[in-house]
Amino acid sequence: MDWFISAAHAATAAEGGAHHGGGFNPMHQFVINRFIDIHLFGYDISFTNSALWMVMATAAVTAFLLLSMKKGSYVPDRAQSVSELTYEFVYNMVRQNAGHDGMKFFPVIFTIFLFVLSLNLLGMIPLPGLGNFTVTSHIIVTFAMAAVILAGVTAVGLLKHGVRFFKLFVPSGVPVWLLPLITVLEVISYFVRVVSLSVRLFANMMAGHTMLAVFASFVVGMGILGGWLPLSFMVALMGLEILIAFLQAYVFSVLSCIYLHDALHAAEH
Amino acid sequence: MDPAAAKLIGAGLACSALIGAGVGIGTIFGNFLNGALRNPSAAPAQFPNLLLGFALAEATGLFGLVIALILLFVF
Repeated sequence: MDWFISAAHAATAAEGGAHHGGGFNPMHQFVINRFIDIHLFGYDISFTNSALWMVMATAAVTAFLLLSMKKGSYVPDRAQSVSELTYEFVYNMVRQNAGHDGMKFFPVIFTIFLFVLSLNLLGMIPLPGLGNFTVTSHIIVTFAMAAVILAGVTAVGLLKHGVRFFKLFVPSGVPVWLLPLITVLEVISYFVRVVSLSVRLFANMMAGHTMLAVFASFVVGMGILGGWLPLSFMVALMGLEILIAFLQAYVFSVLSCIYLHDALHAAEH
Repeated sequence: MDPAAAKLIGAGLACSALIGAGVGIGTIFGNFLNGALRNPSAAPAQFPNLLLGFALAEATGLFGLVIALILLFVF
C-alpha cells in the first residue's frame, strides 16, 4: 500500500501548492495523517486518523449496544428493538450460512459485521475539524482482516479434522487422472480467497468515495447556476453508497460464514 | 510507444471488466424478477441471495478498477 500513500502524499504536496488555484484531487480523502508519532522497536505504530476512526467505530457500537440493552425489558423500546433486530439478523445469517456447528463462532461474526458496517457508515459522515475518512477504503486494513479470518478458519478446520482437513482440496467424484490438476487449482483458489475477500470490500469503498469526490468537484466547477444538477445526482449517489456500505459489510460476513462452513465440513467432501 | 500513453491505454482497457460486471448484474436482477413474477410468495426469502449475487458480480468489475489503479500508480 506504500505506493498508494506516497501517491496520495505527492497529490497533497502538489495540492498544497495549487490549493489557491483550485487544485483538486479525488484521492486526497485517502491520505493518512499521523496525529501522535509513536515508534516502537523500529515499527511505526503512530496514532493516525485511520486509528481514530477505528476507535470511534468501536466506541459507537459498544456504547449503542450497552445503552440500548441497559433496561433489557420484555417490551423493547426503539433503541432496544434496533439492537435486537441487528442481533437476530446476524444470528439468522450465521445459522443459514455456517450451519449449526458454526453457531459457536457467532460472536466473532457479529463483531466483524458490526465493525465493518460502522466503519463503512462512519466514512459517509464528514466530521467538523476532522474531515472525512473511510478506514475500509485502505487495502491493508481489509487485507489484514481477511488474512486473520482465513487463518482462523483454517486453524479451526485443522483442529477439528486434523489431516482429514486436506480432503477439502480433493473433491470426491473426480476422475483420478484429473485429480492432480484439480487439487492444485483448489489449493490456489483457497489462498486467493484472502485477496478476493479483501479487494472486494476495499475496491467498493474506494471506488464509491472517489466517485463521490469527482461528482462533488462538478458541483463546485459548474458554479451556482449549473451546480444543482450534479448536486441532485449526488443525493442519489449518497443513497447508493449507504446501500453499498451495508451490502459490503453483509457480504464480508456472509463469505466469512461460508468459508467457516467449508472448514467445519471439510472431511465430508 | 510512449510509456505514459501505454499506461493510460492499459488502464482504459482494464475498464472492460465492467462488460462482465454489467452482464452479471443484469442476469441476476433479470432472473430474480423472472422467478419472483412466477412465484411472488417465494421471492422475499431469496432477497438476501439476490443482494449477495449482486455484490459478488459488482466486485468482479471493481477488480478491473484495481488493475487500472495499479497500472496508473505503481508503474
